[in-house]
Amino acid sequence: MTGTDASPVGDGTIQAADPIVRYREADQSAGDGRGVVVNVTLPLSVSDLTVAWHRKPVIWDVDLQVQPGQLVGVVGPNGAGKSTLLKAIMDLVPKASGRVEIFGQSYRQSRHRVGYVPQRESVDWDFPISVLDVVTMGLYGKIGWCMPVLSKHREIARRALEQVGISELANRQISQLSGGQQQRTFLARALVQDADLYLMDEPFAAVDAATEKAIVEILREMRKAGKTALVIHHDLPTVPEYFDSVVLLNMRVVASGPTKEVFTRENLERTYGGRLTLLDEATEAMRRRERTL
Amino acid sequence: MSGLENWSWDYDGWIVLAGMLCAVAASLPGNFLLLRRMSLLGDAISHAILPGLAVAFFVSESRSSLPMFLGAVIVGILTALFTEWIRNFGDVDEGASMGVVFTTLFAIGLVMIVQAADHVDLDPGCVLYGAIEMTPLDTVDVAGEPIPRVVIVLGSVTIVNLLFVVLFFKELKLSAFDPGLSTSVGFSARLMHYLLMVIVAVTAVASFETAGNILVVAMFVVPPATAFLLTERLGMMISCATVIAMLSAACGHLSAVLVPHLFGYQSTSTSGMTALCAGMFFFAASLVSPRNGVIVRIVRRQKLAQRILSEDLIALLYRMDERSRDCAVSSQKLSSVLLSRPWLGAWLMNRNVRKGQVIRTESGYRLTDAGRDLGSVLVRSHRLWEQYLVSEGGVAVDRIHGQAEKLEHFTSRDLRDRLDEVTAAPSTDPHGSRIPSEHMD
Repeated sequence: MTGTDASPVGDGTIQAADPIVRYREADQSAGDGRGVVVNVTLPLSVSDLTVAWHRKPVIWDVDLQVQPGQLVGVVGPNGAGKSTLLKAIMDLVPKASGRVEIFGQSYRQSRHRVGYVPQRESVDWDFPISVLDVVTMGLYGKIGWCMPVLSKHREIARRALEQVGISELANRQISQLSGGQQQRTFLARALVQDADLYLMDEPFAAVDAATEKAIVEILREMRKAGKTALVIHHDLPTVPEYFDSVVLLNMRVVASGPTKEVFTRENLERTYGGRLTLLDEATEAMRRRERTL
Repeated sequence: MSGLENWSWDYDGWIVLAGMLCAVAASLPGNFLLLRRMSLLGDAISHAILPGLAVAFFVSESRSSLPMFLGAVIVGILTALFTEWIRNFGDVDEGASMGVVFTTLFAIGLVMIVQAADHVDLDPGCVLYGAIEMTPLDTVDVAGEPIPRVVIVLGSVTIVNLLFVVLFFKELKLSAFDPGLSTSVGFSARLMHYLLMVIVAVTAVASFETAGNILVVAMFVVPPATAFLLTERLGMMISCATVIAMLSAACGHLSAVLVPHLFGYQSTSTSGMTALCAGMFFFAASLVSPRNGVIVRIVRRQKLAQRILSEDLIALLYRMDERSRDCAVSSQKLSSVLLSRPWLGAWLMNRNVRKGQVIRTESGYRLTDAGRDLGSVLVRSHRLWEQYLVSEGGVAVDRIHGQAEKLEHFTSRDLRDRLDEVTAAPSTDPHGSRIPSEHMD
């Protein structure tokens, strides 16, 4: 990682919002003695992000800094805006306000460094394509508009399937896969994207124990290779085992930081208990008002 | 009188070709409409382009193609935009918003055309049914040969659509399968959506004058849906849809000429018959589809029923064997126990003999070692389930047999071990029968 991505601070005025400065601060406050890392920008920096749907905020004023080489868990109750956060980072949903920087650049400039694993239910598993086809899709971005998929691309996809342990399923139609195999397919697709920052929407949802273990292994290998992953997760007991840091999200960021410090009973109660009732009431009143007008 | 004596390749050949081109042109983008679950958008757009055509008439005061094309394409895109807009802001589902947009636009178009009917030569009926039978009458000379204008127009559209599908195959596939990933890697799913809408609008306007709305709409939906039932790969599906589209057009015109004569009528509408043929192909495909076709499902169910019955026979022999060691079961006794379908029982018993699970002796049927192993597995599953249902499920003892009888056929080794663990490894079931132990292999 070091030595790449020198942030273009062209005008020389370094403000507090600059990702490099933020990273230094975060690093020092973490106090792990690694000292100040220079010339490394944050994989992901989100500031003041608000996303609204029908004028009702889904996520509100989210600030988030993700350190490089970490596995970061995102937890929160249903409807807390976890998927929306990932989608807003990738410009898939419009932002009402706020800014997202990926390796110090906008998403558009750095999208080749981002890998996305959507929720398994978000796609149609009756689609007439093979497992290998789905994995190859991870390379489409690199292949570019109108260029054909070549055998060397399929070779890369085949290797990724081997890595996730389902190479024998390469030519199956995807409707014949079990839940765990579907998730492994998605993971293989993420691997061929060869990104530096991965955004994963519930990769552990409804998978068998063997698949869960395989996914964890792969995530750890990714971390070893200096990659960063932001992972939406539902199973609270496994959070301390799987993730270096954690983001507790319920419309707003309740807490974020190293798992050891942040993943406490008190914070969890604040995340899952009483859902920001005042904010809810205000939005409800706003909507009612609009209807009567 | 067969109706075929009037068939002429110079005339009917052109009609078939026009029908085929129209069918293929529509079914190509239709594949992606189907996979995006918006097949009806083809319907919506091909109705909604009517006001676009009408406005083009008023503005250009002619039936020349270019203004008509532009008018239709603009309205086609507007349809897609309005549909999305109404869905988002009106808070209704896609079907309803599509319905609102296309009926409204169609109505506006109809009103305008009826107003203009006095001085413009455009017939609303013609819009619906088309006039594919007139194809050979309006020709253009190409290299000295008279080629019907319609064939040239539809041929160009087919080539454009083919190029579109081939060039953007990857992008169309990804944006239909996973719009999120598609947009995130830079192939905007929305852009692909609108490109597809332009293609659909162009196809609809090029075809409807010849083939009419009914045929175009049918060809957007039916050949792709038929191919979807028959294939497992997108490339295969598109080729298959193309072939079905061409077959529909050929069979459609042939039966339009032929069928009414069988009943003593004059020939009927080719467009209508083509759509009808496509519908028949779909019906046939739904019967023979390898994944979920009616026939496949019947065969699967029969196979399962046979497996269950044949396993029941083995379990029956095992139980009898258990009661009085080494007793053979005569076929009379067997048919008295098997209440229904004794002939099927006898047939399956013979099959078990062939499989080496049962041997036939003079005194009757007897289990072999392999048969006894299978029987013990089944009976073990059965009795473990009974134990489980009573101890964990709290089911009354007189009601457990039926459920265990079904479950025993679907119980793997792993499941049996877990049942054994949960019920604390019982030696007898609730009826007091001994539970056979898991044999080691």
